[in-house]
Amino acid sequence: MSEPANESARQLEGLLSGSYRHGFVTQIDSDTVPPGLDEDVVRLISRKKQEPQFLTDWRLRALKHWRSMPEPHWAHLKIAPIDYQAISYYSAPKSKKDGPKSLAEVDPALLATYEKLGVPLHERARLAGVAVDAVFDSVSVATTFKERLAAAGVVFCPFSEAVRTHPHLIEQYLGSVVPYTDNFFATLNSAVFTDGSFVYVPKGVRCPMELSTYFRINALNTGQFERTLIIADEDSHVSYLEGCSAPMRDENQLHAAVVELVALENAYIKYSTVQNWYPGDAQGKGGIYNFVTKRGECRGARSHISWTQVETGSAITWKYPSCVLRGAGSIGEFYSVATVNNYQQADTGTKMIHIGADTRSTIISKGISAGHGQNTYRGLVKMLPSAHGARNFTQCDSLLMGGECGAHTFPYVEVKNPSATVEHEASTSKISEEQLFYCLARGIAAEDAVNMIVSGFCKSVFKELPMEFAVEAQNLLAVSLEGAVG
Amino acid sequence: MSTAKEILLQVQDLQVSVEGRKILNGLNLTVAAGEVHAIMGPNGSGKSTLANVLAGHPGYEVTAGSVTFRGENLLELAPEARARAGVFLGFQYPVEIPGVNNVYLLKAAVNAARKARGLEEVDAFDFLGMVREKMKIMRMDDSFLSRGVNEGFSGGEKKRNEILQMLVLEPALAILDETDSGLDIDALKIVAAGVNTLRSPERACVLVTHYQRLLDHVVPDVVHVLVRGRIARSGDKALALELERRGYDWVAGEAA
Repeated sequence: MSEPANESARQLEGLLSGSYRHGFVTQIDSDTVPPGLDEDVVRLISRKKQEPQFLTDWRLRALKHWRSMPEPHWAHLKIAPIDYQAISYYSAPKSKKDGPKSLAEVDPALLATYEKLGVPLHERARLAGVAVDAVFDSVSVATTFKERLAAAGVVFCPFSEAVRTHPHLIEQYLGSVVPYTDNFFATLNSAVFTDGSFVYVPKGVRCPMELSTYFRINALNTGQFERTLIIADEDSHVSYLEGCSAPMRDENQLHAAVVELVALENAYIKYSTVQNWYPGDAQGKGGIYNFVTKRGECRGARSHISWTQVETGSAITWKYPSCVLRGAGSIGEFYSVATVNNYQQADTGTKMIHIGADTRSTIISKGISAGHGQNTYRGLVKMLPSAHGARNFTQCDSLLMGGECGAHTFPYVEVKNPSATVEHEASTSKISEEQLFYCLARGIAAEDAVNMIVSGFCKSVFKELPMEFAVEAQNLLAVSLEGAVG
Repeated sequence: MSTAKEILLQVQDLQVSVEGRKILNGLNLTVAAGEVHAIMGPNGSGKSTLANVLAGHPGYEVTAGSVTFRGENLLELAPEARARAGVFLGFQYPVEIPGVNNVYLLKAAVNAARKARGLEEVDAFDFLGMVREKMKIMRMDDSFLSRGVNEGFSGGEKKRNEILQMLVLEPALAILDETDSGLDIDALKIVAAGVNTLRSPERACVLVTHYQRLLDHVVPDVVHVLVRGRIARSGDKALALELERRGYDWVAGEAA
């Protein structure tokens, strides 16, 4: 635990003593910045994005603050030291010339996975980064969909575009839920984020469709520091789907995104994630370190934020989608399935901060561990003195497959108001031989039986997902647990 | 009895151990198509072991002997292959599988068997209609369809569910492990009706039971008494009545 801390302390020391000279070359035309992080890099990113001064200053404040922060090591994770000066913090989308020219050049193992997931053929090519311009009819799809949203007054665009088109909204809301001082990875993100999504749903508008990163043309290669901001104005309603439907073999190791949600009076935001970043190989080599800060604030009375996540990928997942329940009678929900196999590690959960009176929260967490995977649920339910009559219900279930994996539960509860109620239920079970044999004795193959039992275990979370996502999540689970029992 | 009847199950000198302890000790059993056999015997005589071994439960070690189903070596087949070939085990203690829909499991089971025979998957609509018909026989209401497999079922509901699965899968050989235990008289009649529905010249049934009361409703062709891992006596229905009257001790005494 102390080694990485020493490592970053050494780097910090190097930075402060001015010995850090990574030969940064200011070549404005160049699309990739050499590894390393300093004020020049932050300024360059901001300039590349043609950002207003307030944002440049905000980034610089974040960088300054980040330099004073130690890397956190409280999570139940084993993490190899990360060299933050070895990372390139700005890289424009890779040229299509570098990509494979056709599906025939794509790794067959990757294609086999797409096949199992049921990804449509045209999308497989897109996901694999095939350098065919008209991979699928994205232009017309995107156009109709943009027209429908515009007619409703919904803004849905890349973050960097919103900075130019809606700077007042960005200035008002950016960092208002996750301040740049929040935590090591969020602070790093605040300094160097390159892109992400921006959504604004005006007063009284019910967003006419599910918003999905699938439709955002530049969704690929947005880099490892995404920043997403969703604002639901009074009486509005929006459902946002975030996902990569296939394992992206990202060359970068560190992924530190920030998502901020703001729900004003009577607004509803549903945020669904199916995360399937590259988990590393069966020996635990490679894979994404996923350090994500996701938080929503129910700012207005009777507002409602619901997080649903299905986590199957990443070598390491560090993620706690949370709700700050400020508005009276507001509702926060967290439904999660986290799967670890091979040498994957996940430390995930949620925080429900009850501030307003009569606020309610529900936490349903399903952890599945297989292989040598380590799965940790970490949750905080906090009832502040002002949270009269607030209620929370938490249910944490763990399912173990095989004898080498682990499940850990760290539920933290702080109640400062005597009228608040907190309920917690937890269970740990193994896929029993008897359940498996029961299915086998009905003629069902072992692998199908395991998938069936696991899907049953996750049912209360899957039913929260939009229909097409639920199917995808089940397929994903089947692929990620392949060979876990046999 | 005609001599042309097909032999479905042939068990010869079967010896089985569980965790090093010998449970079956040279068991012989021949079941022909169209027959219903009852296997009775005191606790610990090996009745459930026989049922589980025939279905391929991994917790049992076959140390000697042979089992053939329709002339083929049953012991070489994986449990799922046995099921697809037409061997059905009705469990003594059916497990709960939370969140897995009853109909979903049934459909997966039927399709697995169809796939093994090179047939297409069943039409979902036809399948549901068929299941509903069988549910009527078992007096199960529609709410059953959407419930999890045995999830929150009473003991009697679980047993009825086993018989429903049997009716849907239509196995050539059904082995029912104490399906009658824990049932009240009404439930027993329903279960018996289900078992009788499937009686036919092509099928056979092995009823493992403690009590003769089930045999009032499902009349067996042959009754066997299992004592200390082998069949100590066989007879017709009258043997079951005699056991009911005299208990197992006299058979056990004779076998010793």
